[in-house]
Order: sequence, then structure tokens, then C-alpha cells
Amino acid sequence: MSKFRKKVIDHPEVSTASLPDIVFMLLFFFMTVTVMKDTTLKVENELPNATEIKKLEKKDRIITIHVGGPNQQYRKLLGETPRIQLEDKFADVSEVGPYVLGRLAEMPAELRPFVTISLKVDKRADMGLIIDIKEVLRDVGALKINYTTYEGDAFMNMN
Amino acid sequence: MFCVLVPQFALLTIPLLGKVMCNLQILIMGRRTKVPSVNAGSMADIAFLLLIFFLVTTTIETDAGLARMLPRKTNEPIQIDYQKKNILQVVLDKEGRLMVDEELINLKDLREKVSQFVDNGGAPSQEENYCAYCKGKADPTSSDNPKKAVIAVNTHRETSYGAYITVQNELVAAYNQLRDREAQIRYKTSYTAMEEAYQKPETSSKEKKALKQKIQHIRLLYPLNILEPQQL
Repeated sequence: MSKFRKKVIDHPEVSTASLPDIVFMLLFFFMTVTVMKDTTLKVENELPNATEIKKLEKKDRIITIHVGGPNQQYRKLLGETPRIQLEDKFADVSEVGPYVLGRLAEMPAELRPFVTISLKVDKRADMGLIIDIKEVLRDVGALKINYTTYEGDAFMNMN
Repeated sequence: MFCVLVPQFALLTIPLLGKVMCNLQILIMGRRTKVPSVNAGSMADIAFLLLIFFLVTTTIETDAGLARMLPRKTNEPIQIDYQKKNILQVVLDKEGRLMVDEELINLKDLREKVSQFVDNGGAPSQEENYCAYCKGKADPTSSDNPKKAVIAVNTHRETSYGAYITVQNELVAAYNQLRDREAQIRYKTSYTAMEEAYQKPETSSKEKKALKQKIQHIRLLYPLNILEPQQL
């Protein structure tokens, strides 16, 4: 009996020497596939799905406009109607034109013809606001737009 | 002694290799100087901290979507002298119901409907609008030629954006289907593959030039004519 007990006690320890290597691998993976957040989203932004998507061009020629219902923390103050977010703050439709023109003016002249407006719109937002934004974009002559979406089954957008 | 000269970083990240090298050096030198090893027990913690930092401050960005060109604004209202048969009316109401040419249809059938309409080629062979490459039914009450065919998308202000994107996606899908077929016949490759190759940075400028010509030719055969009149 005592012999039997002795055998059980002697466990080999699991080596954790390779743990840092594993974690470093994970770290490098995340460092390569992600990018730094440049704006804090104040609106909900669940993009719709689409299948026929095209990749956007380089980042230096993209102007992003976020649209969606205010986040949980702003909902009490602003209600649930979808809002436009430019950079870090909420904005009105009338502010979109000056903002786009301002961003265009900052860019080097040779890039300006290639500028794309990326519309990151929450799928629950309604078209009224989008129609207004598109009208404003036509006014300022920023005609190249991109409805930014996730890749996935487009019929999932309906529910 | 020598192994101190091996960069600390290398020793840390590849502990095993570092140790082996140290032992080798000791053997070669023939001296048994004992080097205190760096305790790497906290390495995992440090790496975890870094990992969590990156997880919190970064996002996986989506950088793809449906590309569109808006029409240029003009002072005079745009006059459309299109015949009614060349226009496909698509109406999306606030409940997400879809009406095509005054007929309520399922969203899933839209792609088929659009590609039938665009590819119809209804003009008779003597006319200038005759479409030699169309494979449609040649119904005289539907569109004459893909170049003439226009799809008018009407949405209400209350329509959800998700539903709108679904419709847009189906329209592009229908066009891509036709363009793919045409590219397959003419160039033995699909249109979407050509577009992808064109965007890749590896493609040389010479290939790009050839691709651009092909893409533009296909686009000319099946131009994406989507109108969004706003009278609703």
C-alpha cells in the first residue's frame, strides 16, 4: 500500500518556459493585423454586410464619415436618432461640406482627385440622413464615395 | 565570458539558442566561468501586458465596401429622354419591401431580374442599338441595349440603410455576373479577377495598362447605370 502511494506523489512539472514565446507570437500577430484607433466612436457603428466589395485605396486619400445612433452614454442626452460623427465630435449635415473641403485643402494637390469618402454607416440608420449627406457631397464636388461594409451575406442586413 | 556579448535581446527571446551558444563558447574557451542566468520567469507577464495593451488600443479596420460615383451637380435639372422600356424602376419602402416595375418581389429574386433586364438586348438587328453580345430573351418591351438600360432606385427617407445596401449589393452582383461572363468570352478570365489583379501592388505597370484597357472595355459593354431620383 505504501509503495503505491509513493508512486503517485512524483509528478513531473509542466514546463512553462515556452509560454513567453507563445505570448510573443500572439502579440506580433495582433501588431501586424490591427491598426491604432484614431477616433473614439461616439455612435453605434455596426456596418452592413455585402459580397461585391472592393478594397479601399491607401489611407492618406480617405475621408471617413461615421453615422449611427448615439452610444449608450450619449443616448440620455441626445436620444436615439442617428447622428453624424466627424473626427471626434457629433456634427450636423451642414457641417459635412466645410469639413470635407477642409480635409481636401490639407491634402497635397496631386492626391485630391483620388480622394474617396468612406461612409461608415450603422445598418439601422435610415436613408434620409444618407440622402442629405450625399447631396452635400455633390455640392462640394466630392463625388467618389464608398459605402464601407463588412464582407458577408447581404441578406443578413434585413433583420 | 563571451556570451555576455551576445545581445541580451536575442538571449531573452530565444532562450534555448542562447544557452546552447553559451555552452559552446565555454567549451571552446576551455574555461568554466559561471554566468548568472537572467530570470525569464516574468517574461510571460511582460508579454501579456504588451498584448493586452495592443488588444485594447487597436482595431481591426474594415477597408472595403461598395464603391460609387455620385453624379456631378449641374444648375439645370438633368433631362432624361429615355424610353420607359429602358428604365427598371426599383422601389424600396420603409418596411423593406421591394417593388420592381410595379410588382412586389422578393429581395432574393432581384439579382436575376436585373440581369435579365440589362442583358435583354431587345433592339432588332437592323437598328443601331442592336446588342450582338447579349444573351437575353430579346423581349421588345424590355431594355434595348445594356448601354441604354438604366436602373432607377427609389428609397424613402425612413428606409433602413441595411436594406438599401442589400439592394445596392444585388445590383452590383447582377452587373458583375454579366461582366464576368463577357470577360470570360473575350479574355478567358473573370472581370472581378482582373479588377483584383489591377489593385494588387505586385502587378507591374505594364500589366496594369493592359488590364485597365480590358476592364474599361468590359465596363463600356455593361455600364453601371444606376439613377437615384429623389421625388419620394
